Amino acid sequence: MTVLSCSGLRRRFGDVLAVDDVSFTIGEGETYGLLGPNGAGKTTTISMITGVLERDAGEVVVAGVPMSTRTVAAKRLVGYVPQELALYPDLTGRENLRFFASLHGAARSRVEHVLGVVGLADRADDLAREYSGGMKRRLNVAIGLLHEPKLLVLDEPTAGVDPQSRNQIIENVRTLAAGGMAVLYTTHYMEEAERLCDRVGVIDSGRLVAEGTRRELVERLGERDRISLQLEGDLARAAAVAGAVPSVHGVSAHGHGLELVVDDAREALPAVLSAISTGGAVVRAAEFDEPNLETVFLHLTGKALRE
Amino acid sequence: MRHALLIAGRDLRERARDRTAYLLAVVLPLGLAGIFSLVLGNLADGEVFHYVVADSDRGEIARTFTGDVLGQAASSGAIEVRSVSSEQEARALVDDGAATAAFLLPAGLTQDVLAGRAARIEVVGDVDAPTGTQVARSLAGSYADRLAAVRVAVAATVHSGVTTDPSLLSVEAAAALPQTAVATDTTARRELDAKTRYAAGMAVFFLFFAVQSGVTGLLDERRTGTLARLLAAPVRRSSILAGKILTSVAVGLVSTTLLIFATSLLMGAHWGNPAGVALLVVTGVLAATGVMAVVAASARTAEQASGWQAITAIVLGALGGAFFPVAQAGGLLEQLSPIAPHHWFLRGLADLAGGGSVLPAAAAMTAFAVVTGSIALVLFRKVVRP
Repeated sequence: MTVLSCSGLRRRFGDVLAVDDVSFTIGEGETYGLLGPNGAGKTTTISMITGVLERDAGEVVVAGVPMSTRTVAAKRLVGYVPQELALYPDLTGRENLRFFASLHGAARSRVEHVLGVVGLADRADDLAREYSGGMKRRLNVAIGLLHEPKLLVLDEPTAGVDPQSRNQIIENVRTLAAGGMAVLYTTHYMEEAERLCDRVGVIDSGRLVAEGTRRELVERLGERDRISLQLEGDLARAAAVAGAVPSVHGVSAHGHGLELVVDDAREALPAVLSAISTGGAVVRAAEFDEPNLETVFLHLTGKALRE
Repeated sequence: MRHALLIAGRDLRERARDRTAYLLAVVLPLGLAGIFSLVLGNLADGEVFHYVVADSDRGEIARTFTGDVLGQAASSGAIEVRSVSSEQEARALVDDGAATAAFLLPAGLTQDVLAGRAARIEVVGDVDAPTGTQVARSLAGSYADRLAAVRVAVAATVHSGVTTDPSLLSVEAAAALPQTAVATDTTARRELDAKTRYAAGMAVFFLFFAVQSGVTGLLDERRTGTLARLLAAPVRRSSILAGKILTSVAVGLVSTTLLIFATSLLMGAHWGNPAGVALLVVTGVLAATGVMAVVAASARTAEQASGWQAITAIVLGALGGAFFPVAQAGGLLEQLSPIAPHHWFLRGLADLAGGGSVLPAAAAMTAFAVVTGSIALVLFRKVVRP
């Protein structure tokens, strides 16, 4: 079931076309990563999806309800975690949650629940200003979960946090998605996107330039996984038996080693090693190279993600 | 409305934990009002001038001056007057600092006045008491002017051929002299005493700082990102604005009420009829909120807004007479004074003290609130504009 449907989103600020004809969907239980360099239009897109910003054109529908800046009904379905630490520092963690719970009409019991989810129950009565950066980030996420939204929108939720808090946030998101929540996620950390996201969209200069799973994007670039092997024994015979493995698309020899082009290095490696061993050669070293989203991103935008 | 109350409640809870807010809204105005009252209040109504009169004339003119002119002034409590037997004694008392000034009424004063001859009342003042000496000179001078006016009027009447006894005319004229003092007294009662004036001046001056937190809070929330969170919540934008304005109004009402009680208890300020004061406080808070909202809505950042608001509060406070009575300065300053809500707040209290109505002042401040509030709402729409 489609939870978020955006089509033809467009927004201009003066002479700058910040978002131009962006369309994508997110299904129930799906995590969608929106990747792009700074100024690409990610936050503007998110602001239109959450009803914070009016759009010049296009449509946003959340679980069948059209979203606009004035639509209260659609906003009830969306949990928003902004990039900034959008907290009140002179309120305690619990008071912050109670305030936003009241605004969203969420039950008081949800406050205690989300405190447990993000691991802040034992510090709930401390002022938010006394929290560490990681705890503030977790509280920031917790506020977005209060009203059990159908769609959770997280804008750089792990920026500048310690590894422990980052892992906790990522695990929280995974659990929520597994429970059926649709998640829209932006990040500067490519490994996060690869770990979390079922699909990603790459946005550059306001346009969605590519969309799909990691593998789909990699293949679209003509890139494939590679396995490099260092061998002892008959190199020609080893190349022949390795090339006969079904997922291997190409073999080249160099020195004492072979380089194989495969669909999925992790899946193909056991079969390749077994075939070479059967052929009488001994594998001294093996390594594989998987073209990642960073490669895709660099190719599509000409920039590294953190630029 | 529920959301507006929730937002205002959150703001107030956070504000209640901010010690700076108490300092600005209560401690500072109370302290400054106390200092002003102590330092300047004595000049205005705390210090009593001690005068002596050496009456060598013992005639009608001297008795009128001593009994009626000086007697009226003495009854107000501003001066004390006692008679001495000779000029030498009077001069000695002034030289010793035992008297602020001495009135020397020479022998033949009454005869000279009634005969139309040149006459004089001599004032001898203490060089260390310039204010008291100046007051003594003013009393003598105004009496002399009045005598001269009466003498001209009498002469004109006699020369016009009306058959009236000149001595009777002069006695009647002399009898009319104290009316001038009575008229002055009526004007004085429409003014606030010094303690109340400084308490009210500081209260209305710092009110403009107290209310700024609510309306500027919107810019703060935009900076920290919580505004985006509020905008993404199922809350109408008008509720967000209303919540911020409610915060300002609540802080203004609470701080001013606290100051009224504190200055009444600690300084002995007399604010006047509670209902009238309440109306002035409510309309004053609304006017201050409106003015500060316009300034905040015109700024790009909370820091810029705070700077502009401080300038606005100081300029309007000075124009409106929060620090000193602008009417004394006269000229352009006095003409500009009504553009400041402070002027109307203080005028309302003075009218209340004089037994008048606070409605004109309350109406003026309501007009301020309506006009500035409307402008602010239009301007604030850009802050929460989609």
